[in-house]
Amino acid sequence: MVYAFVLFLLASVLFAADALKHEAAELLQDSPEMIVQRLVAGRQEQIPTTYIASIKQIRGVQSVEPRLWGYYFDSYSGANYTLMVSTALMDHSGEIIIGPGVSRRSAAEGPVQVLGKKSIIPFKTSDGSVLPLQVRGLLPSATELVTADLILMSEADFRKIFALADNRATDLILKVRNTKELATIATKITERHPDTRPILREDILRTYAAIFDWRGGVVLMVLSGALLAFIILAWDKATGLSAEEKREIGILKAVGWETSDILLMKFWEGAVLSLTSFFIGVVIAYLHLFVGSAMLFEPVLKGWSVLHANFRLTPYITVYQLATLFFLTVLPYTVITIIPSWRSATIDPDSVMRV
Amino acid sequence: MGILLLCLMFVDAAVCRRIDRKLVRQRRETVSVLALTDLCLFTEAPYTRHPSMADWHTPFQDHPRSFEHFPSGSLMAVPPHLRLRATR
Repeated sequence: MVYAFVLFLLASVLFAADALKHEAAELLQDSPEMIVQRLVAGRQEQIPTTYIASIKQIRGVQSVEPRLWGYYFDSYSGANYTLMVSTALMDHSGEIIIGPGVSRRSAAEGPVQVLGKKSIIPFKTSDGSVLPLQVRGLLPSATELVTADLILMSEADFRKIFALADNRATDLILKVRNTKELATIATKITERHPDTRPILREDILRTYAAIFDWRGGVVLMVLSGALLAFIILAWDKATGLSAEEKREIGILKAVGWETSDILLMKFWEGAVLSLTSFFIGVVIAYLHLFVGSAMLFEPVLKGWSVLHANFRLTPYITVYQLATLFFLTVLPYTVITIIPSWRSATIDPDSVMRV
Repeated sequence: MGILLLCLMFVDAAVCRRIDRKLVRQRRETVSVLALTDLCLFTEAPYTRHPSMADWHTPFQDHPRSFEHFPSGSLMAVPPHLRLRATR
């Protein structure tokens, strides 16, 4: 039971990390080719739109667009939203399109309310006044994994809320003619504007491959905890057999069993136990993650955030994951169970039975 | 029985991936049209909402040597662009 639980934990963490990594790699391959941020004292600052003209002059750059986005803390619900300017709302000042998570906006302690079209969300602007914006539409719930906290609005409303000067943008997005030239263009941009930091699409993909790597972060923490529990379990098994088990071996030897027969029997006993736990642990982990939407991990994943995306991960399992789990657990456990049996089986049956 | 369950697991995963294809396409289109850069997994802090956009002050949100205090910050490893910079 304990063994199956340890395996469930290990398998859950491995499956979740790989599924997230795979999902990110698939979705973010359509993210911008290059983003140019401006850094001041190590922190991201608004970038002057005058940079656009000089970046456009670099050979190979196809287009440079300013991107306007920022964070907004909603004191009513206690949630953080990502506000973003959308060209679709350019001529619709006073209107917004909200993500599925925002549509569940409710008072911090109140019941869940669902916002729909024509609902009003008041925004506090940086000068202290209130700007009420009407919901024009909702982003599809299928896109919740990328849009849960998103609020799309017109440029005029965005600039009004954050008192952003007309010649400033949050960052710039670039399209290039040949993606092989991305690194060269990035170098030229930093030469022209040393206060900028270009982020390539490749960097974004690499970020997600690294942050959910099973050799880092909480994944490693859970893995080490579970592995430690497994080692204790195996160590307990390896340090000796109970008196009853020793007596059983003594009787088997007394009725004519060879040491090799006993070892073979113990091997199969360990293997059956190990494999049963393996199958139970892995299958329950799969069901928990991909059918039960990881409900046991939900409090950990939510953290302190009020707004969280409700999404179901697309299952991503490979033979490599199962082989890793198998060789980390089943194989060492099975081998370890033979050692004490071998010790008892080589002793005189009479003395073993007297224990 | 166990092997059969594992096989069923693989079959279910393949079926789910096939069913989710339309959904994935829709998500990719949204990422492309809105020029999004990150998954919306943790909304509690800017650097966990947009880890790929995080700046180098991320580990010192409040002051130098401050400890990580957002739970989701410990769920993920440090993005490579921040780690590379730190080693330079």
